[in-house]
Amino acid sequence: MTLFSHHPNDPAGSADPAGSVGSVGSADPAGAVGYGEHPPRMGFFTDTSVCIGCKACEVACKEWNAVPADALDLTGMSYDNTGGLGADNWRHVAFIEQRRPLGSARTGVSHDDVDVLALAEQGSGTPPEQAPMTPTSPPTDRPPQPDGRTELRWLMASDVCKHCTEAACLDVCPTGSLFRTEFGTVVVQEDICNGCGYCIPACPYGVIDQRKDDGRAWKCTMCYDRLGAGMEPACAKACPTDSIQYGPLDELRERADARLATLHDAGVDDARLYGRDPTDGVGGDGAFFLLLDEPETYGLPPDPIVTTRDLPSMWRRVGLAAGALAAAAVAAFVTTRRSR
Amino acid sequence: MNHRSPDAPSDRAPRRRRRGGEQPMVPRAEFGSYYGKPILNPPVWAAADVGGYLFFGGLAGASAVIAAGARLTGRPRLARISATGAAGAGLVSFAALIHDLGRPDRFLNMLRVLKPTSPMSVGTWVLGPFVPLAGVAAASALTGRFRWLGSLAGTGAAVLGPAVSAYTGALIANTAVPAWHDAHRELPFVFTASSAAAAGGLGLFAPTAESAPARVLAVAGAGGELLAFERMRHRMGLTAEPYGSGRAGRLIKAGTALSVAGALGAVLGRRSRLASAASGAALLAASLCTRLGIFHGGVASAEDPKYTVVPQRERLRAAADDDS
Ligand code: SF4
Repeated sequence: MTLFSHHPNDPAGSADPAGSVGSVGSADPAGAVGYGEHPPRMGFFTDTSVCIGCKACEVACKEWNAVPADALDLTGMSYDNTGGLGADNWRHVAFIEQRRPLGSARTGVSHDDVDVLALAEQGSGTPPEQAPMTPTSPPTDRPPQPDGRTELRWLMASDVCKHCTEAACLDVCPTGSLFRTEFGTVVVQEDICNGCGYCIPACPYGVIDQRKDDGRAWKCTMCYDRLGAGMEPACAKACPTDSIQYGPLDELRERADARLATLHDAGVDDARLYGRDPTDGVGGDGAFFLLLDEPETYGLPPDPIVTTRDLPSMWRRVGLAAGALAAAAVAAFVTTRRSR
Repeated sequence: MNHRSPDAPSDRAPRRRRRGGEQPMVPRAEFGSYYGKPILNPPVWAAADVGGYLFFGGLAGASAVIAAGARLTGRPRLARISATGAAGAGLVSFAALIHDLGRPDRFLNMLRVLKPTSPMSVGTWVLGPFVPLAGVAAASALTGRFRWLGSLAGTGAAVLGPAVSAYTGALIANTAVPAWHDAHRELPFVFTASSAAAAGGLGLFAPTAESAPARVLAVAGAGGELLAFERMRHRMGLTAEPYGSGRAGRLIKAGTALSVAGALGAVLGRRSRLASAASGAALLAASLCTRLGIFHGGVASAEDPKYTVVPQRERLRAAADDDS
């Protein structure tokens, strides 16, 4: 059986049997599961440094994939009213406010003593002498820096299924509903899924989830139907700033490396790539990111692993435990005589 | 930690409220998160279905082993109770497995493939033959007819039984749920020991003249379960925390108390069928509590980003230390 074969010990060095992708640093998950001639591995590079939080990706995804609306809730925590990825949200734009240099306003400001009626009379224009602050922001205790900045920045990031090289959801699916496409992506066949729910706690990123009234598991397909027709996924198509980039994974990785170097040169030391490394705990992500802070700040796990890597050792222990039970039972019968 | 989380979220997270106040005795685990929201999507399994599945599957597997032993050593009444228990519990666990599906009518899709990477797939293929085998064995033991068929089926069920009891350890450990995956070394042993205690407990309902092997297995199982669980908790560290608090903590504590009481009762009350049966009932309840406790502990660990972020940060730091 070849069932563990898509877990090459050295993902970075695994050769592509079909010879169609195979450059250093790129595993070939499609080839590893038996596709002969197949297109190169396709992926997403989400550059959060240019995300403006417009949520066009969320909308385009819902439109194209006919993903049902979920509750119209206001989370009250930020402009993010989506909350996170799930069965009915295959793209999720995170909003984070931080006291860090960048931008020119402050978080946590009390507006208790602001007379809104007076402000309404004044109109929307801010008089030039009050320019460093908005009409609704009282002066800050920290003076603006010489360049006019105060300590606030907004981070925005569009999250999505990572289409892992070693995908836990796919490994544990007992029906074969989850499968690896010829593009190296991971897709649920909804006509097969019986809603066992195993993939949900298996995913180390909290991506896939059950649609309650439907019972089955749903997640991003990287627009499998569009890919087959040579089109880019709906989210990437809709993104106005090219924060979401779609293309052959090798190319995206090169592009990301160049972008990271540019940002570091510009003094943005926080910039880092997430999920780009083919030697990480999931063999690298098919959808990876450029972040401006620690992954957990965006709700991403800092060091995810595919637990199937430990499964051979778990099976060994299951065997030992079963053997121990059988041995204990034999001993129990051997050491006891029938009384009377 | 050398990183900061967004201000608003951290102000909100209850576990960090004490910052700036008095110094806590143990330094709090500082960690970043997205507004305190969980990183994982917690299991959608119903506690009654999957917690129950863990318990009944374990009970069924170990009971099939006791039934076969009793038949071979000429203990017909013990054999009857255990064979019935194996078939009944097997049927309940199978029903729970199907009931918990989002699309129960599609259960048969489980049989499209056999995947060693999916403990649920393997488990279905083991439980699938186990239930009819245990059923035939029980029917034969109860009616006294087709004895040769009954003993053949019973032997088959006894061969599969230990696997049925043990595989659920891999089932829940092969997930990203911190309190389950971090337990993967000991969980199969906790589960088989718990199964032995439960099935032994069921055997204690047999007349005392026949129940001695069940008694030995029950006491050994209860002891083994406590030992394996303690070892597991000790090795896991932070991610075992959910097993000690909330609903999981109450269930685990109740399970431990019932286990100790049941094991003591099984030894001290060995001459009385009534005392033995009461001890057996305590051991069955103990096993159920422990399984449900482990189920709820896992869900709680998935719902708190702390158990995802802090251990992963530790791992990264350790790896970085190794490199330098
Ligand atoms: S991110 Fe989760 S759902 Fe997506 S491929 Fe990886 S394991 Fe599967």
